Amino acid sequence: MYSKDMVDLLKEIMAVDFVVYELALFLNTHPMDRRALEDHNNFARRSQELRAMYEKKYGPLTLGSVSEFPYQYINNPWPWEIRY
Amino acid sequence: MWYYVKKLQYPANVSRTDLGMAKFLYAQYGGPDSELSAAVRYLTQRYTMPIPQAKATLTDIGTEELAHWEIIGTLIYKLTDGATPEQMRRAGLGDHFTQHDNALYPHDAAGVPWTAAYIQATGDPITDLYENMAAEQKARTTYEHLISLTDDPGVIATLSFLRQREVVHFQRFGETLMLVREYMNKKHVF
Repeated sequence: MYSKDMVDLLKEIMAVDFVVYELALFLNTHPMDRRALEDHNNFARRSQELRAMYEKKYGPLTLGSVSEFPYQYINNPWPWEIRY
Repeated sequence: MWYYVKKLQYPANVSRTDLGMAKFLYAQYGGPDSELSAAVRYLTQRYTMPIPQAKATLTDIGTEELAHWEIIGTLIYKLTDGATPEQMRRAGLGDHFTQHDNALYPHDAAGVPWTAAYIQATGDPITDLYENMAAEQKARTTYEHLISLTDDPGVIATLSFLRQREVVHFQRFGETLMLVREYMNKKHVF
């Protein structure tokens, strides 16, 4: 139903997105921290690249992602069904 | 508004079915200091926060709490997957099975349903931020209790991640409190 390659790429996205989130929370109370913002932007760009790579291979991560026919978003696996 | 992203914030794995642990984890799915309480608390309080840093912090931590609620739900789902009524009964989940089968439901470890009475929004940003800092500590303590109740490495890793997030959120709320206090002092609202 899903491959180890898919799970590995998904986990990489999860890790990069966590860094983005953590830096964003920090920036909410430290908006003048230039280095944190640079890190945030670098990881945000990396997340966009990885998400585009994942979606091309394995299908949409969000309902706003462009989908092939038939609509791919509904397909398994859902996050709680995956063995990471 | 929100968009769902088909991923968890942390790769939550379990090694085996463990209905007893699933029962305990309900503390964080629908208990007083659960991820659900945290999400509803912060996403409700944010409207009356006076400064942009506070509006952003409550919005984003509230959103992260929803992702944590999903992680706890995933652990419970995986720990109870395929359990028979008899197994549920022996693990103390017979009451749960009667009303919910193997579905999840927002109640605490003892089966008490979630209520908005667990949270407060006073309109006083100082008071609300103190409540949030206390809530993060209570959740951290609960995670420590839960970690001491299991030897499953996947469950321990996931709960350790969630415990660490409570520590970070406490820090961010503390910074937000200082910024709100500075703002209130500048306004001379006495």
